[in-house]
Amino acid sequence: MFLFAFHPEANVANSKEAMLCCVKEKIGEAVLPGDLLAFEIQKSENKREKLICGPGLRRDGEDVFVCKSGILRHKEPNLYWIDLQQRRYVPAKGESVIGIVTAKSGDVFKVDVGGSEQASLSYLAFEGATKRNRPNVQVGDLVYAQFIIANKDMEPELVCIDSCGRANGMGVFGAGGLLFKVSLGLVRKLLSPQSEIVKDLEKIFPFEMVIGLNGRIWVKAKTTQQTLIVANILESCENMTTEQRRSIFGRVSENVL
Amino acid sequence: MMQVTQSGSFQHAAVLREFGCEHSLLSRPDGSASFVQGDTTVLAGVYGPAEVMVSKESFDRATLEVTLKPKVGMPGVAERSKEQCIRQTCEAALLTRLHPRTSITLSLQTVHDDGALLACCLNAACMALMDAGLPMHCLFCGVCCAIDQQGTIKLDPTAREEKESRAVMTFALDSTDCRVMMSSTKGSYTAAELQQCIAVCQRASESIFQFYRDSVSRRYCKA
Repeated sequence: MFLFAFHPEANVANSKEAMLCCVKEKIGEAVLPGDLLAFEIQKSENKREKLICGPGLRRDGEDVFVCKSGILRHKEPNLYWIDLQQRRYVPAKGESVIGIVTAKSGDVFKVDVGGSEQASLSYLAFEGATKRNRPNVQVGDLVYAQFIIANKDMEPELVCIDSCGRANGMGVFGAGGLLFKVSLGLVRKLLSPQSEIVKDLEKIFPFEMVIGLNGRIWVKAKTTQQTLIVANILESCENMTTEQRRSIFGRVSENVL
Repeated sequence: MMQVTQSGSFQHAAVLREFGCEHSLLSRPDGSASFVQGDTTVLAGVYGPAEVMVSKESFDRATLEVTLKPKVGMPGVAERSKEQCIRQTCEAALLTRLHPRTSITLSLQTVHDDGALLACCLNAACMALMDAGLPMHCLFCGVCCAIDQQGTIKLDPTAREEKESRAVMTFALDSTDCRVMMSSTKGSYTAAELQQCIAVCQRASESIFQFYRDSVSRRYCKA
């Protein structure tokens, strides 16, 4: 995400009339790469307005154009982004992900997060870890960690502590349970504040769930069968409407009890 | 809708065969699409941005690899040359500088070839790249036309019409200005005929881009 200021006298009209569309008409509609968005600038006010372009939008000089296909969303007062269904994860700073430890080399663990490169996790980035008191992390363990460095030019780095030095839920986990992969859109739906899917899931039976923004979910219920049921429901509820989902959840909870 | 107009000394029949597409039909690739033009069908799958071998990596951009498999037999020289055409078009449309030191792999499989294969591959590739969510600065489409022995320009020829014509041309056109991104031509034609073919293909590409827009809005509004 990046910020930029729009000069009130800027002339947004250009020769690409077919692709130029007023942004207010397009909110909630599907847009394609190459579409230019025109923002209504109030010429009476002389102050500069800030506009925040989220994922899927790029700035080219004074124009804002769409670079991924999806639905254009808007949040007051000035945030715009493209909502898309993607499967491949690209690391971004501040996101919490589930990684699998693949190698231990010297002072650093190599963690597979599903991106184009493996991320590095220092052994000192755990709560209470010192040079003498190393954390108990083996190859193949699952870790829930946060990116502190994630851009296109550098190797991504993870940490399992927050800025105060506390674990805050991060670290090694996953004895028992099942890890599986879903699309990034479903993961964002599950992590949104008033998620309906999570509320429906809570009614079926108790279970533990860890959701990583890289599309990986770990679940553990009391028995193996219940774990598999939850995993199957989550994998299949991507493309369902609310009514279909509720009917399936209802049938599952009847069969379990 | 059949349009036969006479402009200057050329006649052209500007009608594309019926086309259709399907999104996200494969479960393993990050993006996949299938494009059908008449009887020609091509399946495309995209993986990326993914890990790249150190020997092939590029420090400032993503490395794009394209493989095209024919319906029967091993890929030969014709497939290799089509792969290069498709790769150059995709590299011009993708924002490869956003993902340096990664690889983007595009695999195309010919399900049935009834003429205009390169154009169908380009359309399937564009839909698959959009489906994978890779950043692009414009869309592209492929249009094929043939000039037969009498000088009539036929759009989207079948395999039989391609064999009987004296020139076959495929153009990749971009979505912002409808300019030619790539051209692959075979046979003999005059410079004026080339310009006429480009104009015909540009008019036809508008319907393909409108189809892209309709299929994307149907896909997202359904979810």
